Amino acid sequence: MALSREGSTSLFAASPGGTLRLAGYLLLAVALMMLDHHNDWLPRVRNATALAVEPAWRLAGMPARWLGDLRETLAEKSSLRSENRKLRDALLLANVRIARMQALVRQNDQLKRLLDAADSLRMQGQLARVIDIDLDPYRRRLVLDRGAREGVRVGQAAVDAHGVMGQVIEALPNTAVLMLVTDPSSALPVIDARSGVRAVAYGSGSGDLLSLPDLPINADIKVGDSLLTSGLGGRFPAGFPAATVVSIAPDRSGSYLRAEARPAARLNRSDQVLLLRDLAEPMGPPAPVRDAGPPASLIGPAPAGQVGAAPPRKTAHAGTRR
Amino acid sequence: MMRNDWQRWICYLSLALSLLLMLLPLPVALLPLRPWWPALVLIYWVLEAPDRVGLGTAFITGLAADVLAGALLGDQALRLVIIVFLAQRFRARLRFFPVVQQSAAVLLLLLNDSLLRWLIRAFAGLPMLPLLTWAAPLVGAALWPFVFLLLDALRARSRTRES
Repeated sequence: MALSREGSTSLFAASPGGTLRLAGYLLLAVALMMLDHHNDWLPRVRNATALAVEPAWRLAGMPARWLGDLRETLAEKSSLRSENRKLRDALLLANVRIARMQALVRQNDQLKRLLDAADSLRMQGQLARVIDIDLDPYRRRLVLDRGAREGVRVGQAAVDAHGVMGQVIEALPNTAVLMLVTDPSSALPVIDARSGVRAVAYGSGSGDLLSLPDLPINADIKVGDSLLTSGLGGRFPAGFPAATVVSIAPDRSGSYLRAEARPAARLNRSDQVLLLRDLAEPMGPPAPVRDAGPPASLIGPAPAGQVGAAPPRKTAHAGTRR
Repeated sequence: MMRNDWQRWICYLSLALSLLLMLLPLPVALLPLRPWWPALVLIYWVLEAPDRVGLGTAFITGLAADVLAGALLGDQALRLVIIVFLAQRFRARLRFFPVVQQSAAVLLLLLNDSLLRWLIRAFAGLPMLPLLTWAAPLVGAALWPFVFLLLDALRARSRTRES
């Protein structure tokens, strides 16, 4: 049946209808790309197709999980024992540290109370597992197995035991997409723990490093400095380890410094991440007050409690750069 | 009739599987070498069942791949449509090539696609891919005989099942 049709056409010529259809599909694809590129359509499309996308992600992540389970089952006794010993040591160390920390926290609390500050250490979190699949491998993103139904929201910061990992950029019903700090469109406000210099660490797309471009030429940043999140912008809580500076060099124009830093979090090895609930008090500068002009009390009797009320919380996407 | 149904299922299942294979995690060093599975499977079906798989199937498969990967919508759809169009055009010759020669043709198709991919990324202002991605077509071409034989065996089984 197919052969007879073959005989009627020459070896090369496709039917003109085929070319026309090709042109149609190409136009459609290009139009889609342009729409997507300019309007950022995809999240909406993906929300609409979440029902199909999520099971596919889970299905694709299954072999990796099985492999992990298999490896655990097959792990040798001796290696388990040595690992156990190592963990025990680590636990001891950690306990000691926690004890010290608790003392510090207590002291800190007292100082804070002295300063009449609000209790701002109420930090709540939620553990999420990483579903081991690669989306676009050139954008650093992870899929987590908790979604909007479990209370995950866009903009939540994610940390592991070592430092800041990234932020949630998409919350589907049962899964969420986490943008790592090394993603090219990620920007993380940091502060040098030693000198207090503030900077923004961008993901550098290639490799696992963060880049800090456009530092003033006399900025006090040295190789080996550890960078903490500064909390400016209100998206990432302040004081988490973010990265360690590995190199500094003048940029091409010679008028700025450009530093590279290695993220503190173990981005490639983390199996579980901690999603931080938004802090009770956003850190950083308050949002500018909208209604400038004479105070309301001069204009007329203001309702009690409105004057001097806390400014609205800043919700701008301070942590993203597109 | 029975056989047609069976074949259609194999066709759609293989396409769905190829989409899942795209998501499978690999060690970071091997990532750029990941073969483009949907293209291989689509080329096979264009060669063997041109009535069933055409530009439309390619477009929809590509769109599904884009949605799954969360990448630029339409990117893979465009590239798959072009690959399928070329495969359709040269189908009469490709079909009767020995497998090794087919592999070479697949390599050319995939290299052409790499160029296209590079162009699209350049136009969209996306970050450039590592140079190693240019070796992915080689992996795809090396895998072609296996894809071909596997799908052929499945189809042959469907034929015996029918008789």
